[in-house]
Amino acid sequence: MFWRRRDAPPEDAEIVERADPVPALTTMARPSREPRGMGLRARPSGFGARLRSILGAGEPATEATWDDVTEALIGADVGAPTTLELVDAARSQMEAAGGRTGEDARRALATVIRDRLAGVGSGGFELGTAPAVILFVGVNGTGKTTSIAKLAARLLAEGHTVALAAADTFRAAAVEQLRIWGEQLGVAVIAQRAGADPGAVAFDAVEAAISRGLDAVLVDTAGRLQNKQQLMDELAKIHRVIEKRLPGQPRHVLLVLDATTGQNGLLQAEGFSREVGVTGIVLTKLDGTAKGGVALAVAERLGVPILFAGIGEEIDALAPFDPEAFVEWLFA
Amino acid sequence: MFESLSTRLQGITERLRGKARISEADLDVALREIRLALLEADVNFRVVKHFVALIRERAVGADLLTGLNPGQQIVKIVHEELVEVLGGARHHLALDASPAVLMMVGLQGSGKTTSAAKLAVRLRKEGKRPLLVAADVYRPAAVDQLVQLGDQIGVEVHTRPVGTPALEVARSGLDVARQRGADVMILDTAGRLHVDEPMMDELVRIVGSVTPSETLLVVDAMTGQESVKVAEAFHARLPVTGLILTKMDGDARGGAALSIRAATGLPIAFLGTGERTDGLEVFHPDRLAQRILGMGDILSFVERVQESVDQAEAEAAATRMMENRFTLEDFRTQLNQIKKMGPIGQLLQMVPGAGEMAGAAQEAVDSGQMRRIEAIIDSMTPDERRRPDVIKASRRRRIAVGSGTSTADVNRLLKQFVEMQKMMKMFSGGKMPRMGGGLGALLGR
Repeated sequence: MFWRRRDAPPEDAEIVERADPVPALTTMARPSREPRGMGLRARPSGFGARLRSILGAGEPATEATWDDVTEALIGADVGAPTTLELVDAARSQMEAAGGRTGEDARRALATVIRDRLAGVGSGGFELGTAPAVILFVGVNGTGKTTSIAKLAARLLAEGHTVALAAADTFRAAAVEQLRIWGEQLGVAVIAQRAGADPGAVAFDAVEAAISRGLDAVLVDTAGRLQNKQQLMDELAKIHRVIEKRLPGQPRHVLLVLDATTGQNGLLQAEGFSREVGVTGIVLTKLDGTAKGGVALAVAERLGVPILFAGIGEEIDALAPFDPEAFVEWLFA
Repeated sequence: MFESLSTRLQGITERLRGKARISEADLDVALREIRLALLEADVNFRVVKHFVALIRERAVGADLLTGLNPGQQIVKIVHEELVEVLGGARHHLALDASPAVLMMVGLQGSGKTTSAAKLAVRLRKEGKRPLLVAADVYRPAAVDQLVQLGDQIGVEVHTRPVGTPALEVARSGLDVARQRGADVMILDTAGRLHVDEPMMDELVRIVGSVTPSETLLVVDAMTGQESVKVAEAFHARLPVTGLILTKMDGDARGGAALSIRAATGLPIAFLGTGERTDGLEVFHPDRLAQRILGMGDILSFVERVQESVDQAEAEAAATRMMENRFTLEDFRTQLNQIKKMGPIGQLLQMVPGAGEMAGAAQEAVDSGQMRRIEAIIDSMTPDERRRPDVIKASRRRRIAVGSGTSTADVNRLLKQFVEMQKMMKMFSGGKMPRMGGGLGALLGR
């Protein structure tokens, strides 16, 4: 049986507050390294070098070049069905425009991908009415807790008041992990003890956000695999608790998707969206070599935008998603 | 979306029916389907290319044409080749050194800390005395996480004060293991990107200092095309000896395992299943091959059903089925249990041969047919549910009105229920009907 231990009785909410950021005492910085990944390529410079070499410039685009493009997209985890659609669309667009060179093909492909990303809305992130509740969901190990800390840092920098809620009461030390981030950022962390009912933590968090007049509360949840129905029911309950206390919230339900993930990303998206109605995607771990191409299909399937890209370990390494840079990155 | 390869190849079977031999063109169609199935399972595209070439060679050369069903024959060849690539000798951990050092490495979030605890539980069951060493000094609360897991499973965890370099934690861990007479030291390390040079250097130095007997690369079963690059990079810098494939209790097909195995030759040592500390299984090439092909993992299906079904209710229903006393009331209970298991299409895909049905069943749920059936049954009196033969015209009208359906819907349900009872009679008489016939008809109209 996989359901979670619930032997620890819920306690009254305990609110950790720090007026000033305190230095992190329970963690240490990683050795610095050369910046890599999508973060590096955040400047639009035409199109990916890889694609340039595949398609050439003035050479006519041949069957073989389109095969190479197909391979590049598959290798970027875009997935076979989406890849074939993109390539077909790019080819007909190029032909309709009377183009025939590699340069024409490149332009057509970039346009097609950009259009599809634009079709699901822009990457603009608006908090909305205060207090905005932001629920973070996803499978285990995608980077929910880290993304929460990064988004909180971003909101603080924009002058918002925020709190964090530790509704991952299951994984060992998850509450501590969020507390450490809270201390570093100097924001309140609403938590109960490990094993407590996550719905109760979410409720406390909403109460606290209302009574303190905060702009936003960011709710961390335990990672769960989308095929575990009991755990998905638990998540739906957290969502209901928030909605009941504060109709219209959570305004944001962010699916945290690991860029290293392959085609299972689609099942994740469908599973989480069915239960709690995902409103946007946070694509993490884009500082490695994984392209995160599945996010393209995920965004389309759910009809929601990719909002943020996780591009490093540092607290400021969460960038608003830039479709131009992403298109380039897919072929880098 | 994730159709099984067998379903995909059913078209081929149709095409080939009555033909004496398989042509090159027929094979091309089949190979295209195989290619797509493997890509869908996240097998790296280079590995797919290589693999498909292998299949072509064997399918053309082999005596393909004598069997009954060419589509199935091709699936069989693919399955055999997959088992061949995935399998080889079972990986036995090298535990001769005392203490033997097992080092866990991998990307962030792959499941190293959880796997370390699971490994400790497993080794202790085998009579070893493990010591866990918490050398992830970077992620907030990573050390706390291992300490808490250690408490849960009753295994000692070696930690050092915050600010101690990972190398020092590992080295002192080895001293502690010797002092305490621990014969296995399981070293948890921080997740890191394979392209992060300073962090990879750190691992190289740790290896130099504690000389692990086993360096286990922990890989998330959901990993996509990058799996090969990641594994090759870790393998190039470190003496990696085996893989642990985690989150196998999810619905990822796990093509990463095939990719890494094909690209590096590394053996798959264990599969991580579930968040409980005993969720570490020995790897079976056969089961994984079936899963990659989407051929249905009947064992996962059984496990899932066991998790969701109320045992007492299920047994009662089974007894009634056998005694031919199965009523609409029992059927209603079963529908509830099916709902508890989650998306039915996903569930049915785990059953071999039920691939086609999965789509239809999910559609039935999505289109509200399932709810109509429930509404109809709920609108009956208890007596009617037990003895549907009392339901004549006027009762049918009442039930239709009460459930917001039509008398035609009610008629159809009653007729199909009678058919289902007949089928159960055969079932209890030891004759096995075709899988899913009854339920399929009930849901598929």
